Amino acid sequence: MKRNIFSRLALGNKLLPIFVILVFTVTYAPLIVMMIYSFNSPGHDVQIESGYAHEYVRASEKWNGFSPVWYKRILSDKHLLRALVVSVIVTFTAVPVSIVIGTMTAFALYRFKFWGKWIFEQTLLSTLLIPEVVIGISLLLFFVGFLQIKLGIRTIFISHVAFTIPLVTLVVIARMQRMDPTLEEAAMDLGADEIATFRKVTLPLLMPAILAATLLAFPWSFNDFVISYFVAGPGSTTLPIYIYSMLKVGVSPVVNALGTVIVMFSIILVLGASLMQRLRKS
Amino acid sequence: MTPSVQLKNVYKRFGEVVPVDNISLQIIRGEFFSILGPSGCGKTTTMRIIGGLENPDEGDVFISGKRVNDIPPYKRDCSIVFQNLALFPHLTVNQNIAFGLQFKDLSKADISRSVSEMLDLVELQGLGERKPRQLSGGQQQRVALARSIVLKPEVLLLDEPLASLDRKLRDSMRIEIRKIQKETGITFIYVTHDLEEALSMSDHIAVMRDGRFLQIGTPVEIHDHPKTRFVADFMGATNILSGRIVEKTGGSAAILTEGGLSVTTPANDRGVDDSISISISPEAVEIRPGKAEWDIDNKFSARIQENVYLGDVSEIIIALNPTESIKAKLTRHSKMRSSELKVGDEIQVGWSNADINSVAD
Repeated sequence: MKRNIFSRLALGNKLLPIFVILVFTVTYAPLIVMMIYSFNSPGHDVQIESGYAHEYVRASEKWNGFSPVWYKRILSDKHLLRALVVSVIVTFTAVPVSIVIGTMTAFALYRFKFWGKWIFEQTLLSTLLIPEVVIGISLLLFFVGFLQIKLGIRTIFISHVAFTIPLVTLVVIARMQRMDPTLEEAAMDLGADEIATFRKVTLPLLMPAILAATLLAFPWSFNDFVISYFVAGPGSTTLPIYIYSMLKVGVSPVVNALGTVIVMFSIILVLGASLMQRLRKS
Repeated sequence: MTPSVQLKNVYKRFGEVVPVDNISLQIIRGEFFSILGPSGCGKTTTMRIIGGLENPDEGDVFISGKRVNDIPPYKRDCSIVFQNLALFPHLTVNQNIAFGLQFKDLSKADISRSVSEMLDLVELQGLGERKPRQLSGGQQQRVALARSIVLKPEVLLLDEPLASLDRKLRDSMRIEIRKIQKETGITFIYVTHDLEEALSMSDHIAVMRDGRFLQIGTPVEIHDHPKTRFVADFMGATNILSGRIVEKTGGSAAILTEGGLSVTTPANDRGVDDSISISISPEAVEIRPGKAEWDIDNKFSARIQENVYLGDVSEIIIALNPTESIKAKLTRHSKMRSSELKVGDEIQVGWSNADINSVAD
């Protein structure tokens, strides 16, 4: 028996449950508090149709009763809704593009040898390690200084595709390396040319990885703040940027409601995905 | 008669390694041909070259008389059964078998008819909708066979297909594979390192080592008349004595072995002073008590070195002299019982000339 501090304190197997409870508490307590307070009634009358959700309203620490007023304010804020639309457009167009390009990249890196392959592979994957601020600045200089185009949804789109591709490539390549190469050889031997082999054997076997990459890429793009902040132009504010600007004015309880909506959306997405998995297995 | 498969001076290297070093081969249509050799001898690479998964650096490959060097695997008239089977895990048994058929112009009805014919042939009826992971090793093996055979290829290439199966299953699958080959009449090229598989199934065997074919012949030819010491060794011949021919007369030759023994062998085409190795099958080595009268071509006094009990047989290791030992295999039908022989006993050991095989090196 090990004579260390743990056995001396005779905590035994009570230590693990304690630790787990601690982790869950630290992770979820703030979220739960946020969700509760999103329904907290303000201490005074609040104008709903002011047009700006983030007009400074004093946050109340006391529970004043249940009220959905903050949610109503979200829906009435045209700028917020506009930012939501921008985020949705960007993410739902950029992610599919990066999935396609990322998968093709993974395939090329896994299967082929070409000049400069090592350099390409290393730089691609190291972009995941570069600080977002650095990426943001370099993209800004690229668009404004080098390409000399106006900042807007287009630039946000390009940037999101760019920083999502390495993520997709990484996930797909990991799966490819665990895939049996003789399966593709068998397909070719049985009469499938390269394209048919990819369609009928490689792609179906990569599907779990591609789906996993998609599930990772969506929040990665939707929640991106730093890079988007650098490359967004006037009129192309994404939701995270808008929330940030809201906070600049003052912490408003509307933020709680917004946060709750976003969290609920993510939870529904994840539950939906695992439900689909369960259904497929049975 | 055009050979089914022909290789002419095929050469392949991977960097420093030369797994295929100038090999030539002709395989008759409809025969069962084995490529036999130890791991790493190049037999799998040879098979892959025939199948189109590797391109030879030099030499020509012909299938049905047509040169196929530049033809990709999906256009060649051959099919491979891989060592790890390579069954598509995301498809059912039926879909696996039907996979190759979708690239030919066949109707859905034709395809499903072919598939069910195959299931009958390999005796997997009723398992069509299962996925590979739901099958046993032997069943998966049969799906892999069916998937290749259904395409009615000119040549079927099998890469050590029984390697991962247990003993009993291997024995029964050997018989099945040979039966299927005879029924379909397809040329089988079977790559293996297992001697018993090659001997029991093949019409012809090519023994391969370090990228070269050492001997090509029927199982009987190779087993009874190995041309090189390596082949003899691979056939399980354990009693190999090396020496020099000292005299040749009429129908026999006298050999002086390295250990100083004088051995008579049947006539051969080597001359006096040539080096030669002879091998005697352990079953042909007889033992008699030390002082008994015995009339046999080759007879020596020797001492028992070891007595190994193996159930049905016993292997007796006999020291002929300080440097040479010989192995005798005793069954319950042998003249002397293994229980009568103790380590250290002085006995006589002998064999007749007819049982001697001379090998080249």
